[in-house]
Amino acid sequence: MKCEDMLRMLNDYVDQEIDPAVCDQFEAHLEDCNPCQVVVDTIRKTIKLYKEGEVYEIPIAFRDRLHQTLRERWLQKNDNKT
Amino acid sequence: MAASNAEKKPDKDAPWLARAKAGDFEAFEYLVNRHEKRLYAFAMHILRNREDAEDAVQSTFIKALEHLQDFREAAAFGTWLTRIAGNTALTFLRKRKNNPVSLNEATDENEEGFIPHPDFIADWSHDPAKKLEQDELQTILDGAIEALPEKHRLVFMLRDVVGMRIDETAKVLGISAANVKVRLLRARLALRETLTRRFGDEAKRIFQTHDHGTEQMDKTSAQLLLQSYQA
Ligand SMILES: [Zn+2]
Repeated sequence: MKCEDMLRMLNDYVDQEIDPAVCDQFEAHLEDCNPCQVVVDTIRKTIKLYKEGEVYEIPIAFRDRLHQTLRERWLQKNDNKT
Repeated sequence: MAASNAEKKPDKDAPWLARAKAGDFEAFEYLVNRHEKRLYAFAMHILRNREDAEDAVQSTFIKALEHLQDFREAAAFGTWLTRIAGNTALTFLRKRKNNPVSLNEATDENEEGFIPHPDFIADWSHDPAKKLEQDELQTILDGAIEALPEKHRLVFMLRDVVGMRIDETAKVLGISAANVKVRLLRARLALRETLTRRFGDEAKRIFQTHDHGTEQMDKTSAQLLLQSYQA
């Protein structure tokens, strides 16, 4: 397996969706190829940073408004039916 | 997000949904409580703007409220909501851009064939999350993601940050799974590149002339790569 092939299978490897037989070859290559190893490692770190860093909390004021709006809509809708 | 076999499991929202359909607002509100945090984060990931995310979430729940009777429970309630939220957020995004940016694959099939090789290869000298102030780290992460073309950013957000499966991401964006994979690879490589320039240990930078050159992939490899994704 060459570095070229690694790039092609990078996603599947990082996502652990790689074919087990190919996975062994992939890992054998990583053992011997420091650049590929570093690329895999830094890709994982990149994904982890975003996963942990992009956290959004719902604003409380918005939440209150949302519930109020939905309650009104609900009443409107059910009034129309009767 | 649920794995494909998990979708066969009984939906824990079902009892509340039945009550909501029968006209019980408290039950509907319970469902809103259960899903609002996730949907807000989801909308923020796509829209990256608080007001727009709020509007999108509100609009999503209103649509759900109006169409509750139409929901036939073929999918989980949460999945149905996510689908509405995805469509709503993408509509907002296109409107905001004020030009109908096509997120469809037809326009960019060719350029997707070229995957730039990793250029700056170096281990990170520290754990950025520990070393940097939260604000500083956030600025760097935001800058890197903003620099991505929108179609790559969306795929990265939905797949890697929100955690949707490839096929779910494809469905929400209205593109093929193969295209999701290619865009995801490009996004991951681009972000890795940017962050490594920032966090990489310059002293330990690895230069490799043959396999890891800075040149773009040659035609044959690009062709192979394209074929592998079109298969
Ligand atoms: Zn290699």
